[in-house]
Amino acid sequence: MGTLNVIVLIPFIAAMFVPLFYRFYRKGFKIHIGFLPLLVALSLFIYLLTYIPSIANGETFLHTVSWIPTYGIEFSAYLDGLSLIFALLITGIGTLVIFYSIYYLSDNEQLGHFYTYLMMFMGAMLGVVLSDNLIVLYVYWELTSITSFLLIAFWYQRKRSREGAQKSLLITMSGGFGMLIGFLMIFAMTGSMSVREIIQIMPDMTDHILFVPAILLILLGAFTKSAQFPFHIWLPDAMEAPTPVSAYLHSATMVKAGIYLVGRFTPVFGGEGVWFWLVTGVGIFTLFWGSFQAVKQTDLKALLAFSTVSQLGMIMSMFGMGSVALHHGYTTESVFYTQAVFAALFHLVNHSTFKGALFMAVGIVDHQVGTRDLRRLGGLATLMPITFTISLIGSFSMAGLPPFNGFLSKEMFFQAAVDITKFGLFHVDTLGNLIPIIAWLASVFTFVYSIIIVFQTFLGPYREERLETPAKESPFGMLVSPLILVTLVVAIFFFPNVLGEHILRPAMASVFPTIASEADLGVTIAHWHGLNPALWMTIGVIVFGALLYKFYKSWRWIYAITPDNWSFNALYDFTLSRGVKVSRKITNTYMTGDLRHYLLYIFVFFFLLVAGSFVMLGAYDFTISDNAAISPFEWILAMTMLIAAISVLFAKSRLTAIIINSFLGYGVAVFFVLFRAPDLALTQTIVETVTTVLFLAAYYFLPEMKPENDSRKTKITKLAISVAVGATVTSVALASQNNRLFERVSTYFENSLELAGGRNIVNTILSDFRGFDTMLEVVVLLIGGIGVYAIIKLKAGKRGEQLEDQ
Amino acid sequence: METLITILIGVFVTIGTYLLLSKNVIRIIIGSSILTHAAHLLIITMPGLKTGGVPFITDGGGGEFVDPLPQALILTSIVINFAVTALILVLAFRAYKTLGTDNLAEMRGPKYD
Amino acid sequence: MKINNVILRTASRFVVFIILTLALYLFFAGHNNPGGGFIAGLVLSSAFVLMYLVNDMETVQKAIPLDFRRIAALGAFLAVGTGFGGLIFGAPFLTQVFGHFHLPFFGTVELTTVTIFEAGVTLTVVGVVITIILSISEDV
Repeated sequence: MGTLNVIVLIPFIAAMFVPLFYRFYRKGFKIHIGFLPLLVALSLFIYLLTYIPSIANGETFLHTVSWIPTYGIEFSAYLDGLSLIFALLITGIGTLVIFYSIYYLSDNEQLGHFYTYLMMFMGAMLGVVLSDNLIVLYVYWELTSITSFLLIAFWYQRKRSREGAQKSLLITMSGGFGMLIGFLMIFAMTGSMSVREIIQIMPDMTDHILFVPAILLILLGAFTKSAQFPFHIWLPDAMEAPTPVSAYLHSATMVKAGIYLVGRFTPVFGGEGVWFWLVTGVGIFTLFWGSFQAVKQTDLKALLAFSTVSQLGMIMSMFGMGSVALHHGYTTESVFYTQAVFAALFHLVNHSTFKGALFMAVGIVDHQVGTRDLRRLGGLATLMPITFTISLIGSFSMAGLPPFNGFLSKEMFFQAAVDITKFGLFHVDTLGNLIPIIAWLASVFTFVYSIIIVFQTFLGPYREERLETPAKESPFGMLVSPLILVTLVVAIFFFPNVLGEHILRPAMASVFPTIASEADLGVTIAHWHGLNPALWMTIGVIVFGALLYKFYKSWRWIYAITPDNWSFNALYDFTLSRGVKVSRKITNTYMTGDLRHYLLYIFVFFFLLVAGSFVMLGAYDFTISDNAAISPFEWILAMTMLIAAISVLFAKSRLTAIIINSFLGYGVAVFFVLFRAPDLALTQTIVETVTTVLFLAAYYFLPEMKPENDSRKTKITKLAISVAVGATVTSVALASQNNRLFERVSTYFENSLELAGGRNIVNTILSDFRGFDTMLEVVVLLIGGIGVYAIIKLKAGKRGEQLEDQ
Repeated sequence: METLITILIGVFVTIGTYLLLSKNVIRIIIGSSILTHAAHLLIITMPGLKTGGVPFITDGGGGEFVDPLPQALILTSIVINFAVTALILVLAFRAYKTLGTDNLAEMRGPKYD
Repeated sequence: MKINNVILRTASRFVVFIILTLALYLFFAGHNNPGGGFIAGLVLSSAFVLMYLVNDMETVQKAIPLDFRRIAALGAFLAVGTGFGGLIFGAPFLTQVFGHFHLPFFGTVELTTVTIFEAGVTLTVVGVVITIILSISEDV
């Protein structure tokens, strides 16, 4: 097992230990529970940093542990440039968020749950970006959805939290399921589950009938996860989560999993028209829609959520633009288009820094004054100067202003959007002209909402009466993490090439493996490009953005054009409520709550299937020539048991029934003796004894059996079903005894003395050859015991009714 | 012998099925218990009965064994069956204490009447 | 459930020990003769059941202050845990090893890691069976 596999496992192991430490913490242990996950995240981050030099030199790392080798499913941890960026973001931002959360969450919260989920998420997310195997990637992918669900519903007492969690789960899981089908299609085409191998094989498969469906389904997974239009509706609702969760999962990491997937599959599908138009088109429209919607929000976190949607769309669209480079393979012209992906990766990092800082700043405001409603906030700049500075830097970077890192990546984005119109294929020369226009328009709105965050929260009149608590600067601990992030925002602006050379360039090699082997894809990031279109676009954004902000009131009516019940949210609500209603109706027709009906379905189905195919295939074959001889004693035993079994039906009292049942059990034990099975006979005898004791103990409390009082018709139906089932079993058993289609497998086990050192073959099968079965059986037994204990001891509480249903 | 046991199995299955379709909880539990006996007998009958000696390896070697695999299967099944029986028994017991009836039709409550 | 039966009480003192010895024998015989973890566990629990039947519950609990739920959990933990033993040495999950050793007193003895696995099985069976029976009888 390689170190990379261990990296993924460590957070899960930490998640197991958090509840243990939480008990100590509850008992008054001095160190905060959050320091355990903090330590884990920090050490993982530092460890991953040590990979930078080798990755920058073009090395990659692969460690494989077999899981289900028969189907090619392996835990292969693969670290290359692209994985490294994400892994560093996951652990780095994770460290900062955990540190922030230590001060943000009060001790009354269920911190044990919180950090357990958070660690599980970190492990799952690392699993997504480090897995080379598609199935393993899928498992981790869904695990991130599940942990995200748990974290959004962290305050599960609130109805909105539960609904937001459900929405995010439904949307991301459906997308993930589509993605799984896409993966299986890829497997069908290439016969491989490994992404690295698929990259080699796929270029020959572009004419395959499953090629386009696979693209569509995989993109469905990526778009739902990364909240792309029209699946973006879950992200604003996910803001019900505690702010550290929003900062971590719903802006910096989990929502970027979709982008990771697109990046990872660019070498597989890149250069195809469908891929380009879907990724770029959906991305660019999401960019516009998210920024347009963000402006009208009055809740700061909702505003940030839409802004995240929009920025994710921007990164997505750049991946789409860059993918065209793969259309011709390596040419000097191709290298030109790869720059869009470089800009995407650059903006990916930048977005994590400034958006993380902004979320934390909003969290601080919320924490300090008790509201994050823009209509109530204002004038906090003098009272919370550090938070103000953080927000200012974060917002201006998001708006694309110098001297912050957002300016650099925004410029590169404009450049890429202008450049793509020169590409001659996929109708880019006509329809593609819209790309820079929409990009510019969206950036104007981005500028407007960035200004709103700063101006409406921190400037203007301070109205204390509208706040829950008077504003004052937050404790220093909460400010540390956002301060580190905004320092990065500024530092990246001044030294962008440190990042570009060591982290972004190797990632380019992962996205464009074929081109990177021919040319150096690293781009030197410059602060001044001369008076090119990109700079004019930025200037235009500032001018128009300022005007739009100034005259916001006069164009706000735009938002009223589409009524609320025409939104995708309304569609989602309608589908959900309708789905529940219809399925309840259908289910109620056959789930009657009567055990007898359910058994009836089972027996009738069994009868039709088995007896039907038995008759159809004419499998009936019956001889008694091979039968073993029957001694008189065996005759007597069999007949006695026959009579006993029939007499159960007529037993009037439960005691009679129980005793006859025990008699049957002991009779079976005697048969086991006759059939050369001493182990079975022993076990059966003792189990029968213990069961009888059990029955008698319950007998002590249960009432006397009442007669069934069935109507004549019911009785006949019951009898008919039972006889049919019994006859089917008998005839199938008789026929199969005379048709041996396979050699028996037991000859292998009969070498038990050499193979397992035991003479009792049955016992060696149980504990050596099939130890796995026995182990699980023990677990089942334990679960049964726990079940019994719980059923007896549980006194149903009223805990469920405390939930708030507003 | 195999045929005789198979017929016995058939009778067990018939009776077990009939009891499972009852309304009374004790009858249902006994029914499932009888079905289990039938299944065990079926498994051990399948490879043929009394085809050899007890499946233990002796130093003398030689000699045919009966098939050990069904025995291992049944051993597992016996224990699982024990857990299942205990669980439904306790479920019935608890249901009776909470709802005051051991009749499945009454347990469903007024919602379905 | 207190039964005042002198003969049963007197007899049970001996019988319990016989049953316990039988359980021990079955446990160790399992690999080569009829017996094994399951059977030993069941016999062992029937010894406990007998004790609970004859004496009343408080007396037995005072004499054997064991929490059978924990025993069950410990057993399952042992059984699953031995599986990982193989992994440490690079063998597949649940690989068992056996060998012959010379011990003073016993002569050549076959030792095998299956014994630990079987011990886990036995403990689980005892724990679960007693837990089930005690839960039912306690809840009057």
